[in-house]
Amino acid sequence: MEIPFVVQPRPDTGVYNAKVGIWLFLASEVMLFGALFSSYILLRVGASPGSWPHGLLNIPIGTFNTAVLITSSVTVVLSWASLKMGNFGRYRVYQSITILCALGFLGIKSYEYREKFSHYEVWLNAPITVKHGDKEVPTDRLLGHIEYNGSHPFFWNTQRLAGSAEQKDPSGKVIKAAVAPVESFKLLPDPFHYTMTSKEMAHAKKEAAGHEHSEIEIKASDVKRLSAFVPAHSTYFAVYFTLTALHALHVLFGAVVIFYIWGPGAKMWKTDPDRYINRVEISGLFWHFVDLVWIFLFPVLYLL
Amino acid sequence: MSDHSHDISKHVRVYITVFVALLVGTVVTVGLNYMHFESVPLTIGIALFVAVIKASLVACYFMHLISERKMIYAILIFTAFFFVGLMFLTLWSMHDFPLHTVTH
Repeated sequence: MEIPFVVQPRPDTGVYNAKVGIWLFLASEVMLFGALFSSYILLRVGASPGSWPHGLLNIPIGTFNTAVLITSSVTVVLSWASLKMGNFGRYRVYQSITILCALGFLGIKSYEYREKFSHYEVWLNAPITVKHGDKEVPTDRLLGHIEYNGSHPFFWNTQRLAGSAEQKDPSGKVIKAAVAPVESFKLLPDPFHYTMTSKEMAHAKKEAAGHEHSEIEIKASDVKRLSAFVPAHSTYFAVYFTLTALHALHVLFGAVVIFYIWGPGAKMWKTDPDRYINRVEISGLFWHFVDLVWIFLFPVLYLL
Repeated sequence: MSDHSHDISKHVRVYITVFVALLVGTVVTVGLNYMHFESVPLTIGIALFVAVIKASLVACYFMHLISERKMIYAILIFTAFFFVGLMFLTLWSMHDFPLHTVTH
């Protein structure tokens, strides 16, 4: 079957059909991310003053990842330009850089996620005195890393401290082993808390740099709440994981499409080069949109 | 389809310039953030301002919106209208608490 207007512009729209298609799709994507952004604004503006976590993400790593994504965006457009000039070899080189950048971005993002899953906030029943920068302050909320039996646990929460009994199915087979309750654990506290202003936080981090922090032994009975930096920790992390995970899915999908056109789909360059160039352009438009979303996500989630 | 090779190589120079501008924009955003302005609206304003400029560069040059057909602009005008509506919807709702029910 002959599909019309895959190369020639359609007279009434002035462009080939796939271009109208991708822009309509991107318009719907704008509304999808727009809805999530506006929810973010609502939640952020409605949060009680001083309660919104900030300064918990790794800014140098986030900046580097931004540069990785920007690089991939320029290699996409350069690969398209190479094809336009008939240079298939250079197109392939540029797009392989794009794909490597996409994988690099996802790898770095996974590393960041992993860091969050083993970074904790502890709410205590009664305040204790800790060093925040150069000051000794009483506090009942601490951030930091946990050590238990020589390892750093992931995804712990208040329920995990209490342990759980073994679970059996009706035939009496154990389907979940018992988890022993935790009596106490070690906390390596951060020298700051996000309830500080960003200036105070920067000062506290600077004061603490180079000093060895002492671990605190914390009894489970003194803990009111324990949470890793997961969506359940706070509205902020719920928003952070929703937006960045949706964005990462877009990166993954875009990379798969670009890889398909680059590899198995490249036969079309021999049979129908104009249509092939259009495919590269369309996948590129999607890729630039993904970059564009990140340009807003980065300052909003990491810096503000 | 009508682009000639030498036009394209001119485009390539533009792409490289935009690429450098985007990297500079990223460094500027992060750099300003380390200055810790007292005013929160100023901090948010600057960050979003740089982001909007970067996004416009990507849309205009990488996505070729600077020289696109009317049809594409028509789609995007509708999108922009509803997007702005979506943003203001939440902002307006901020003032919609029933009187004397919220204390902060």
